Amino acid sequence: MNAIIVSALLGVVMMFSGIITTKRSSITYTAIISLLVLLVANLLNTYGIWEFHVNTHGMLQFDKFGMFFNSIAITATLIYVILSGKDIEKTGIHVSEYYALIFFVLCGVSILTSFNGLLMLFIGIEILSIPLYILTGADKRNLKSNEASLKYFLMGSFSTGIMLMGIVLIYGATGSFALGVLHDAPAAGLPVKASFIEVAGILLLFASMCFKVSAAPFHFWTPDVYDGAPSVFTSFMATIVKSAGFIAFIRLFESNTQALGPTWKILLSFVIIATLLIGNITAVFQQSVKRMLAYSSIAQAGFMLFALYSNNDLAKEGILLYAVAYSLATIGIFAILIKMKDYTFDGYNGLAKSEPVLAFTNTIFLLSLAGIPLTAGFFAKYYMLASVVKAGGALWLVVVAVVFAAISVYYYFRLIQAMYFKEGDAETTGISSGFKNALLILAVLIILFGVFPSLVLNSFYF
Amino acid sequence: MIPVLLILIPLLTGLVSFFIKNDKAVKTWSVLSSVITLLIAFTAVFNCYPGQLSYDAAWLPTLGSRFALMTDGMGKMLCLLTAVSFPLIFAAIFKNNYKQSSGFYGLMLLSQAGLMGVFTAADALVFYFFWELALIPVYFLCSIWGGEKRIAVTFKFFIYTFLGSLLMLVGILFLYFHTNDHSFALKSFYHIHLSGKQENFIFWLFFIAFAIKMPIFPFHTWQPDAYEQSPTATTMVMSGIMVKMGIFAVVRWLLPVFPNASVQFANIIIILSVIGMIYASLIAIRQDDIKRLIAYSSIAHIGLMCAAIFTQNKTGLEGVMIQMFNHGINVLGLWIVADVIEQKLGTRKFIDLGGLAQKAPVLAILLVVMSLANIALPLTNAFIGEFLMFNGLFQYNIWIAAAAGISIILAAVYTLNMIQKVLYGNTVAATENAVEISGNIQLVLVILAITVIVLGVYPQPMIDLTKDTVNAILVNH
Repeated sequence: MNAIIVSALLGVVMMFSGIITTKRSSITYTAIISLLVLLVANLLNTYGIWEFHVNTHGMLQFDKFGMFFNSIAITATLIYVILSGKDIEKTGIHVSEYYALIFFVLCGVSILTSFNGLLMLFIGIEILSIPLYILTGADKRNLKSNEASLKYFLMGSFSTGIMLMGIVLIYGATGSFALGVLHDAPAAGLPVKASFIEVAGILLLFASMCFKVSAAPFHFWTPDVYDGAPSVFTSFMATIVKSAGFIAFIRLFESNTQALGPTWKILLSFVIIATLLIGNITAVFQQSVKRMLAYSSIAQAGFMLFALYSNNDLAKEGILLYAVAYSLATIGIFAILIKMKDYTFDGYNGLAKSEPVLAFTNTIFLLSLAGIPLTAGFFAKYYMLASVVKAGGALWLVVVAVVFAAISVYYYFRLIQAMYFKEGDAETTGISSGFKNALLILAVLIILFGVFPSLVLNSFYF
Repeated sequence: MIPVLLILIPLLTGLVSFFIKNDKAVKTWSVLSSVITLLIAFTAVFNCYPGQLSYDAAWLPTLGSRFALMTDGMGKMLCLLTAVSFPLIFAAIFKNNYKQSSGFYGLMLLSQAGLMGVFTAADALVFYFFWELALIPVYFLCSIWGGEKRIAVTFKFFIYTFLGSLLMLVGILFLYFHTNDHSFALKSFYHIHLSGKQENFIFWLFFIAFAIKMPIFPFHTWQPDAYEQSPTATTMVMSGIMVKMGIFAVVRWLLPVFPNASVQFANIIIILSVIGMIYASLIAIRQDDIKRLIAYSSIAHIGLMCAAIFTQNKTGLEGVMIQMFNHGINVLGLWIVADVIEQKLGTRKFIDLGGLAQKAPVLAILLVVMSLANIALPLTNAFIGEFLMFNGLFQYNIWIAAAAGISIILAAVYTLNMIQKVLYGNTVAATENAVEISGNIQLVLVILAITVIVLGVYPQPMIDLTKDTVNAILVNH
């Protein structure tokens, strides 16, 4: 409960911080301190030391898994603000509002990690999405940013509509918004006979969740929105928000799929393969690094969907690790991207000569996304694959995924090639030594989690 | 503790190398590091501290993976090969100049650490880690310091091997969930019982990874280009030691884990290997470039080793063990000569070479010794290995042995052709002013030539060293 209440309160505080001070850097410092406060509040809750007691009538349910993910999301946001705070300040004039919106997104995240009914799921998704529509259009004078915002809003509203329709159908079939009722299966051994309305409701819900995590064939908004949004906010959307979407996805479907029977796995494997295929193959042909990252985020979503497919303890641990590994690496890559003058691959030519620290840390981040051992990304992929192998029966799916992982090396390494092996003078702007140090710390973290993934997972068991 | 040192010393010294800015200092530092590693490898080979040959520490308790290392006979031998090769390589390239040499030597040492890890790992996940760790530095070495087409060629090489590794990872995961104690330990893998269908499927996941690394026909297409475009020092590491990773992995991780599948598919693999041998030899005859010729000749030799492993009889396996070491030594010698010629004369094409024997008789003699070893002439080290391997193949199937035998004749054709075109005949423009080799390079080549002849006359120590590995595999059947 702490995370929900504190993040909402701090969002309001951030909104008013713009009245008290007009100095942009002090607003950023306020945001950093507020994030620390939020993190502490959430940790207090996680370890059962202190929490707000609110009777939610069972609509929210707080468990270790959800609260641990809150900590991950808050920490990732903290790192993100430390790295890219200067660039958030540069986006437009309403700095305090941007931060306020980020806090509201975090509020949505913490609802999504604890909802215990379809109604709260809907509210969480809306609280998460609406600030994002605004942030996408934050660069008001830029046509592309406006276009992206409008596109995102229209598509997002449609998917929300579909989600509501699904919820209504399920409510009609079962008479309840609670999660438990969906899988109120008949006595063990008997085949589940779900009504048509219930199945239709679940499918609509599934489609709208696929939209939120940009899984194919509901991914079409992703490249345009990610490309059009100001890069700082793309970074936020592609990492923290996306991971939160997955947590909600898993929470929703970990026990509600019996109604679909064996069709569920077939459906899901179709979505996984389509996502991997579209994400990876299209990323290969991109010329802009930002667009490549958009497609790579689709491809990574394909891998994260494995957690849904296998649905066991390894999958739950794995998705946390994946969220950490993917978010840290992508935040780092975006932080560097924002500093580049030219967003194409050629714009990175010769970066190793002009900015060795940036090139080196970027390489570590890319290796992590590609899933090379000794980086956090390896264990993230490892857990996903292991969970499917453990669930058994779908080794072919794992082999297909592995082939796509090899393809992903192509576009991640293209950037490494540009930085290290090609001649050129990559131009960058506004790089401070503090920024470099922050990047180095991020790289060290990624390697540390790559050698000892238990550092993340043990705190989950604590 | 010894295997830990074998990995740690190159790893740490390699990392330090990146920060040494002085050209001369970083070279000396690398030589020093590799000599210390060599000394430690000697203590392993001569069994100075028998209690220290394995290491086991907790690493990922929740996953059931331990940081476990061990050295059996084969491991010791390959560690020795790695440890011997690096000082020789460093000595041979001491005069070469590389831009950003600190990075070059640092990455070389890191690749050595990876190789040592592969040869000593006793836990599948540790093995996988080092398997990749050996690849990454080589990728950067080739892409930064390689020839004209380096980026595309190295990329192909990387994606090929990475795909193979990932398939192996799937296999490792599958086996992990089928071990009795949910562990990645080598011992647990040896006691796995799979159904026939499962065993066959997982066998290929592993074998493709190893076949790409060796490389075995038809997975070899990355190799000649990669060898040609890499800086020669890296090519030495790749073809002298890295290809042995594939053969080593088959012996350690494939045969004992999939006993039935490896008998069932032996036929297919041996036939593929023999096709590769003849095919590569035929292409080698048509080459006009020293590096490409050695690359194709290397495919042929590796093919024979792979075929001999799958005969799974004592003579064949003994031959493979000896030949792994010998091939490393021989090919190292050939690459050094190729590098000397390229550095001094600026060309590797046969057309531009000739009459080198008149100008550089010492080089000529040493090249002839190395080439004869490449043909496996009696009294050279390769003879013993190839003899045993052909003997093994003969016991397996006489027709296959006969077909493979063709490659011996073809080896003589292309190797002698190379000698003739490079060393004899009249001098041409490029070789007119050639000078004799001296200093380090002469010393290195003499050491290699002596090794060739000593092991050719008295190969018993190598057979003794690897006896335990061979017996362990034969017992398993």
